[in-house]
Amino acid sequence: MLAKRIIPCLDVRNGKVVKGVNFEGVKDVGDPVELAVEYNRQGADEIVFYDITASYEGRGVMLDVVRRTAQQVFVPLCVGGGISSVDDFREVLRAGADKVSVNSQAVKNPKLISDAAEIFGSQCVVVGIDAKRNDKGGYSVFINGGRVDMNLDLGDWVKEISERGAGEICLNSIDTDGVRGGFDIDMLNFVCERVSIPVIASGGCGAIGHFSEVFEKTNSSAALAASLFHFKELTVGEIKTHLREHNIPAR
Amino acid sequence: MIAIIDYGAGNLFSVKNALEYLKIENKITNNADDLRSADRLILPGVGAFPDAMRMLRESGLVNVIKEEAEKKPLLGICLGMQMLFEKGYEFEETDGLGLIRGSVRLMTPENLPIPHIGWNELELNNSCGLLDKGGEYVYFVHSYAAECPSENVSAYCDYGMKVPALVFSGNVYGAQFHPEKSGETGLNILQRFAKL
Repeated sequence: MLAKRIIPCLDVRNGKVVKGVNFEGVKDVGDPVELAVEYNRQGADEIVFYDITASYEGRGVMLDVVRRTAQQVFVPLCVGGGISSVDDFREVLRAGADKVSVNSQAVKNPKLISDAAEIFGSQCVVVGIDAKRNDKGGYSVFINGGRVDMNLDLGDWVKEISERGAGEICLNSIDTDGVRGGFDIDMLNFVCERVSIPVIASGGCGAIGHFSEVFEKTNSSAALAASLFHFKELTVGEIKTHLREHNIPAR
Repeated sequence: MIAIIDYGAGNLFSVKNALEYLKIENKITNNADDLRSADRLILPGVGAFPDAMRMLRESGLVNVIKEEAEKKPLLGICLGMQMLFEKGYEFEETDGLGLIRGSVRLMTPENLPIPHIGWNELELNNSCGLLDKGGEYVYFVHSYAAECPSENVSAYCDYGMKVPALVFSGNVYGAQFHPEKSGETGLNILQRFAKL
């Protein structure tokens, strides 16, 4: 049986890991390669680097971080942030990433998903989504770090992502991100009911119980967190032990 | 020296990174003499069976791989493992290297998505030079799986069906999972391969 995955996410700006709350007020928390090595030691199932620099120089720094990490960390690495073309995919994969995450650019140009899946395989195409509950009882997709409402229904979007051959969806709830009250169970169930590809839960965990909760109440395949790990409130190992105590398969 | 066979389709650098980390001498190569002088061979692979076999044949290395596999350890990884079998049925019937009895077909697990992606648990079937206990998780990414005699399977994993995860026959070993992406467990398997 597949293990449920625990994925630390490192938001990287100019070669440093930073952590923002609700996409604002970022704090500098350390060196990305050192943190990746440490999370690997703790038993992380995968590591995500999210490039929030989105400049030409920043991209070069990011590729160097990926290259150096791939020399010492032997679990899948995923890179996102500012990916807008098949060439960007190729560059990041060549640096040593196993998966590439696209978000805003996939909304603006959905063909990027199918093009990348065809060339590199579905397994390396992760579509990140920032979504928020709307006043019509559904959810809307936002882009540019949660700032721009695309008037796009989340249900329609995940269906399209899946049909275009994405390998996974990383679903971040803007409503719960940074609040630390738990993952957005309703939004995750809304998406898991509509697609068969793996869904990664993101945004909102603040306590160890939130990890067993998300796997007991939704079909999510993985849970992603950042500040909990960066500020050393929990280790990946503690979460794994907690999951096994709840009879949830964990590596 | 371990020769990592470069025929145009593979996760060469991940494998190289892992061997470098373990301080195991290695060389990415498409040169037949390197394969002859190496003491071990790794055949990586990513993509589709027919394309990869075509590229391997075009590289002119098929015969030298078959000859050397009788004398020294060979490890196929992922698609490289699948190519060790007699036939593949991805899109069309394609001859493999025929170093292990069996064929490779599309997986048909009930109610589970394909590809099989993620960390799955090894269940020991027969001890081999690379593995003597089960229970550890390794990282899989594949849609096709081997069908082969149980005696050639060192470990299965459970994905709605029994999936051969680690296979062997004489000097020839094949990992359906990615040891170079499977944390400590994967590094241990590569380390044992280097010491066979």
